[in-house]
Amino acid sequence: MKVEVRTDVAWEQHPMAPYVRTERMPHVWCPGCGIGTIVKCYATALERSDIDLDKVAVVSGIGCSGRAAGYFKLDGFHTTHGRAIPFATGLALGRPQLTVTVMSGDGDLVGIGGNHFIHAARRNHNLLVILINNFIYGMTGGQNAPTTPLTARSSTMPFGNFEPPFNLPHLAASSGAPYVARWTSLHVRRLTWSIEEALDRKGFRFIEVVAPCPVLYMRLNRLGSGVDEMRFYHDNAEIRNGADTRDLNIGFHEPIVCGKFVDEERPTYDELRDAHYREVLGDEYVPAPLEGGMIHG
Amino acid sequence: MKADPAGVLTGSHYLDGDYACGEGAMAAGCRFAAGYPITPSTEVVERIARRFPTMGGTFIQMEDELASMAAVVGASWTGTKSMTVTSGPGFSLMMENIGLAAMMETPCVVVDVQRGGPSTGLPTMVGQGDVMQARWGSHGDYEVIVLSPQSPQETFDLMVEAFNLSEVYRVPVLFLMDECVGHMTERVVIPAPDEIEVVPRRLTSLAPEEFQPYRVNGELVPEFARAGDGYRFHTTGLTHDARGYPVMSAEVQESNVHRLVDKIRLNQDRIVRVEEEGINGAEVVVVTYGITARVARAAIDIARRRGVPVGSLRLVVLWPFPEQRIRELAGEVRAFVVPEINYGQIVLEVERCAGGWAGVRSVPHGGGGVHDPRRLADEIVEAAR
Amino acid sequence: MNLWRRPLDADRVRPPRGEVRIFIDRCKGCEFCVEYCPRDVLAMSNEFNRKGYHPPMVVKEGACLNCNLCEVICPEFAIYTVPLLDEVVS
Repeated sequence: MKVEVRTDVAWEQHPMAPYVRTERMPHVWCPGCGIGTIVKCYATALERSDIDLDKVAVVSGIGCSGRAAGYFKLDGFHTTHGRAIPFATGLALGRPQLTVTVMSGDGDLVGIGGNHFIHAARRNHNLLVILINNFIYGMTGGQNAPTTPLTARSSTMPFGNFEPPFNLPHLAASSGAPYVARWTSLHVRRLTWSIEEALDRKGFRFIEVVAPCPVLYMRLNRLGSGVDEMRFYHDNAEIRNGADTRDLNIGFHEPIVCGKFVDEERPTYDELRDAHYREVLGDEYVPAPLEGGMIHG
Repeated sequence: MKADPAGVLTGSHYLDGDYACGEGAMAAGCRFAAGYPITPSTEVVERIARRFPTMGGTFIQMEDELASMAAVVGASWTGTKSMTVTSGPGFSLMMENIGLAAMMETPCVVVDVQRGGPSTGLPTMVGQGDVMQARWGSHGDYEVIVLSPQSPQETFDLMVEAFNLSEVYRVPVLFLMDECVGHMTERVVIPAPDEIEVVPRRLTSLAPEEFQPYRVNGELVPEFARAGDGYRFHTTGLTHDARGYPVMSAEVQESNVHRLVDKIRLNQDRIVRVEEEGINGAEVVVVTYGITARVARAAIDIARRRGVPVGSLRLVVLWPFPEQRIRELAGEVRAFVVPEINYGQIVLEVERCAGGWAGVRSVPHGGGGVHDPRRLADEIVEAAR
Repeated sequence: MNLWRRPLDADRVRPPRGEVRIFIDRCKGCEFCVEYCPRDVLAMSNEFNRKGYHPPMVVKEGACLNCNLCEVICPEFAIYTVPLLDEVVS
C-alpha cells in the first residue's frame, strides 16, 4: 500500500478539492475539532445533489463554526455575530433561485441570534441551517453557551453551569421548522445523507450537529481528547428517528439522542406570500424575479 | 440609466415626507426593503409595503432592526437595491450592520427619521440629535455619506441621489430626515421616468478566474460581483485582503481600512453639496440643515430687516462635511450661527473648520419643537455685533 | 471478513481494494482515521510532520476497502483513498 507523502501543495488531488478553498488550508480549527468533518459532509452532500454550485451561498456568523463559510469554494459570507440568519434571509429573498445555507455555531445561532432563529423558523424561510453544537463559545476562549449542559464548566461558569440549556430540536420544531434532525460529527454517513435530504426539501431545515471541542469544552471539563469524545458518541449516541422533541435534552456527558425528528411539508414564506398576493391582488401582483431584483442597464 | 417606470408615480401629488421618501426609493430602483416599525418612520415602509407587490419588489417586516439591517446587506449582495427605515432607537440597533455594510462595501440606504432623544425620548416629535451618530455610530474607522432634506419634494429628489451615491461609492448612505419633514404634507412633483437618472448596480466584466472581490488596481472602489453569478467569492466583516479572505495584520488593515476612508475623503469635492443664499457681503452666515433651514429663513428675513447682512448656508450633504467652504467663509464673515435641534453637533464641525477665524454661535434646541424665528433672529443680530 | 457461509458468487466478486493517500503535513494527529477504519488499516506513526504532529501510517497492507470513511471523517482533508482496479477472475 503506497503512502504518498505530499509536502508540496498538491491539494487539488483531494476529492473534495473542487469544493474547498485549498489555498487557505490548513484551516484554523484545532486538532480533533469536529467542524472540519462537518464541512466535508456538506461538501459531499453538495457533490451528490444536482444543485448548481454557482447558485449556492453559504452564510456564517462569528465563532469557530462561523469560519466555515470561508473554506467553501462557493459564494461565502462571513457576517456579524448572530446575524447570519437574517443576512441569509436577505439573500434568499433578494434572489430566490439561490440555495442558501447557514452554517454557524450554537452560541451564534441561538445565543445572540436566538430571536432571528425562531422568527426565521416561524416564517419558514427557505434556509438550510446547520448548527454545529460544541456546547461552548469556542473562539472566544470557552464561555458558557445557551447549550452548555448543567454542571459543565466553562470560563464564565467556573464552578459549573447552573443554567438550563436549550433543547435545540424542540426549539426549532416548536418554532415551526418543517425538517429537524440531530447528528454528531461521528455519524458522517447519516449526516451527509441528512444534508442531502434536506437540500432536497424547502423551508427552514434545521440540522444540529454535535461536535467535539477538545481545546475548550473538553479540556475545561476533563473529557479527554477529540477521539475520546468520538468514542463517547460511539457508545452513547442513540438513534431514535421520529422521537418526541420534548425528550431530547442533553445532560452533561449523558446519552445523546440523534435522528431525524421532524420531516413535514409546510408552505414556505415565499409560497405563502405569492399565494396570498395572487388571491388579494390578482393580476396586479408582480412577484419578485427569481434572478434577483436587479434593474439592468 | 433612466428610472424603471414601474416604480415611478409620475404626477403632482400631495404627500408627506415619509411617503415621498418611499416614492423616491421606488423611483430610484429599490426593490428590497426590510424594516421594523418605529415612529415617526413607519409610514415609509407602509407605503412601500403597499406598492412593492405591484412592481416586483420584496418588503419584509423583520423581527427587529438588527435583522432588518442584516437582511438589507444580504439582499444587496444579490444585486438588488435595498433600504431600511428607522428612527433614533432603531438607528442605534442598526449600527452594527451599518459597519458590516461599510466593511463589505455594500451599497444600501438607511433612512433615519430623527426624533427627540436620547433613548425612547419623544417618539412623535422632532429632533436632530442623530447627526454625529450618523457619522460615527458604528465602531472603528469608516466613512459614510449622510444626506438631509428640508421638504417632502427634496426628500423625493434626494432619495434618488442617495441610491445613486451608494452605488457609485459602494458605501451605505444614511438619509437623515427629521420628524417634521417626515410628517409634513406638501406638494411633491414626481417627474416622468425618463427624466430621472439612476445609477444601476455595476457588475464586473471580468471572468470568475480573474476576479477578486476587493482588488482595486489603484482605484478607490472595487468592482462588484453578485451572489449566484458563479464568481464564488468570499467576503467578511473581518479585515480582509483583495481576495476577501480575512488576514490579521497591520499591513492589510492599512490597505483595507484606509481605502474605505479614502473612498469618501478623497472624493469629497464630488460629494459635498450645500445651498447658499445671500453669502456675498454677509457678515453672519447661518449654517442649517433639515427643518431648521426653513425656520432659519424666517429668522434671516427678520434679521435682514433689522439691518444685518445675513447669508444662509444649508447643508444638503451633512457628511462629508463641507470643510473647505467653511474655511473659506471663515476668512470672509464675522460669525457663523448654527441653529440645531440638538445641543450642538454640527456646530462642532463648524468650529473646527472655522479655526478661530470667525466667531461660531450655537443655537441649540432640545427637541420636541423647532426654534422660534424671532429668538433665532436675536441670536443672529447678537452674532453680528 | 468471517462469514458464516461462503457467498455463492465469491469466486466472481471481490471486495473492492483501495490505496490510502495521506497529506502528511496537513495532519493534526487527531486519530479519527485510525480509530474508525473498519479494517484497522492505519495506526499512528512515531514520526513528526512539519507541524510537530504524528501522522497516521498504513500498517495492514492490502486491507483497505476504499470505503472512504477516513476521507470523510478526517477534519483536515488530509487523507483519502482511491480505488485499485480489480483483477479479472476467469
